[in-house]
Amino acid sequence: MKTVASFTIGYRQVLDQDGRIVDALPEFARDPAVLVDLYQRMSFTRVFDGKAVALQRTGKLGTYASSLGHEAAHIAIGVAMKPEDVFCPMYREYGVQFVRGVKPRHVLLYWGGDERGNDFTGPKHDLPWCVPIATQCLHAAGAALAFKLRHEPRVAVSVVGDGGSSKTDFYAAINSAGAYTLPYIGVIVNNQWAISVPRSAQTGAETLAQKGLAGGLRCVQVDGNDVIAMLAVMQEAIAHARRGEGGTVVEAVTYRLSDHTTADDARRYRPDDEVKQAWDREPLKRLRRYLEALGVWDEAKEQAWKEQCGREVDIEVNAYLETKSQPIESIFDYLYAEAPHDIAAQRAQAIALEGRPHG
Amino acid sequence: MAEITLIEAVTQALAYEIAHDPSVVVLGEDVGVNGGVFRATAGLHARFGSERVLDTPLDETAIAGLAVGMAFQGMKPVAEAQFDGFIYPMMDHIICHAARMRSRTRGRLHCPMVLRAPWGGGIRAPEHHSEAPEALFAHIPGLRVVIPSSPARAYGLLLAAIRDPDPVIFFEPKRIYRQYKEEVPDDGEALPLDVCFVLRDGSDVTLVTWGAHVKETLEAADALAKEGIYAEVIDVATVKPLDFDTIHESVQKTGRCVIVHEAARTGGIGAEIAAQLAEKAMFDLVAPVERVTGYDTPMPLFRLEMKYLPNVDRILAAAKRTLAYR
Repeated sequence: MKTVASFTIGYRQVLDQDGRIVDALPEFARDPAVLVDLYQRMSFTRVFDGKAVALQRTGKLGTYASSLGHEAAHIAIGVAMKPEDVFCPMYREYGVQFVRGVKPRHVLLYWGGDERGNDFTGPKHDLPWCVPIATQCLHAAGAALAFKLRHEPRVAVSVVGDGGSSKTDFYAAINSAGAYTLPYIGVIVNNQWAISVPRSAQTGAETLAQKGLAGGLRCVQVDGNDVIAMLAVMQEAIAHARRGEGGTVVEAVTYRLSDHTTADDARRYRPDDEVKQAWDREPLKRLRRYLEALGVWDEAKEQAWKEQCGREVDIEVNAYLETKSQPIESIFDYLYAEAPHDIAAQRAQAIALEGRPHG
Repeated sequence: MAEITLIEAVTQALAYEIAHDPSVVVLGEDVGVNGGVFRATAGLHARFGSERVLDTPLDETAIAGLAVGMAFQGMKPVAEAQFDGFIYPMMDHIICHAARMRSRTRGRLHCPMVLRAPWGGGIRAPEHHSEAPEALFAHIPGLRVVIPSSPARAYGLLLAAIRDPDPVIFFEPKRIYRQYKEEVPDDGEALPLDVCFVLRDGSDVTLVTWGAHVKETLEAADALAKEGIYAEVIDVATVKPLDFDTIHESVQKTGRCVIVHEAARTGGIGAEIAAQLAEKAMFDLVAPVERVTGYDTPMPLFRLEMKYLPNVDRILAAAKRTLAYR
């Protein structure tokens, strides 16, 4: 039998878990200021995340999906994209969104039970959070199709987890992106756990990156805790797509250091040892070590930065807590461009139940 | 001016809107070179090219998801589900995303897409090709569900659906795709959504229907007229949002109402109309509301399908039951 096609999946790592450079440094990473900026953004996201979990624990936020441990993957995606590109998140990619101009108050509003969180600052063409798993992959592919048909040099990026890469919609996005040669980058942030189901139970495939082969896409696996490799991979994938040469599936290998959401207790299904080992590989520590070796970061800067993050997050938390609920009629007022006649009576009834006159 | 069939009116509306609005794109399985399995997109690919008329991979989930993605980026995709029975994989994207995009983003994004599908039974088609799922979609806040019943209404309502800034499910009654022709000027004039069309005035009983069963319902009205009974016939056309006012006005006049639809009875649009009559027209009614519908069974294969679908005799019998009340 002759071979009609053969494939390999590459793995990219530049900065190992001990903060050593193990592969050629990408051009951008030769500038320490760039690396400090990446580190600060990752650190800000983590400070925010801790605060959000604390808000939930004290009853000031609804269920919240933590991004703890995903900071490198998320910040790299955000930094690699241009504002005119479209980002289609799942529900924990705050790092990407902060880079793109979404304010933390909007994240808190959403998880705090207010639709206005989805009407966020930042690119108005980005999709809001997507709780149904992997449907956003097809929306990103559809956006990419719109860009291609309109001859716009824009790309669309979606994120799913390892579990999400099992979904029909993920495969459909890859297949469509390949069939139309779309400027689409499907990032799988493989954090090893889909709530309680481990990566090993999701698929028999050796890598999740190779799923892109089925659609004819480029496939890359990358150390998702290494922001340098992650950014290099994203920049290459986006440049490839922007040149009109098609899409890429990026598997960012990382670890969910938190529970799935604040409603979950991961201790029920995964061993403490595994989590402890994952903390050795987490993304901030290794980059900090490298920056300190370069002499551009130290404990004083760390403390000063964390304090600054804390102050900025507090401003956002206060803005969230001070935002009053919308009146009940808001649930009717954005349903259609113009309210159909049949909704008017229900709107009036809802207002009347509040004891207010209705307009 | 040439007379055209209902399906030719669909093609004419699609062509008009592709020609006049650069954001309109038609996509679906076999809609390109082949022109659609029913020929709804015949000639469009040759005329407008593959950037306006797109064959998709054979994946209904992808068609719906791509359409949502295109729509929130400002295009106006007109997606086709090849048959009503293949629409179910699309529902996640329609319900969880298209229908609520505007609401959940408080107006930041919206989803101006149309999902077209040949709809209903009566053409001796294979299994899963004869479904009437309009009530499933009508139940979803944020959607419009439109079902034309004539070439002129197919043209005018499809134009309106494409121009509407919110998602519209557009079901085309395939049984009457080629039933008759009428003159439909290609003038780009849309018909209003969200309103019923009163097709025949009458004073004795109100017959409410939509889609292919407009034909049998009008035939029943003809038969009643021969007996000196004057039925008002209403084509609902937009089943969601429902124009109950038009139905109510008619029932205030007639005191009797028979609702005819080919979909299964339980939870059908007929149930909603009957409920609103009970709420708002109780004292206008002189007889119980009648429903003439498909049965609460799967649509049978075609040897039995005409016994499943409402026919003139069933409509007449129901109308006469209401007329027994004085």
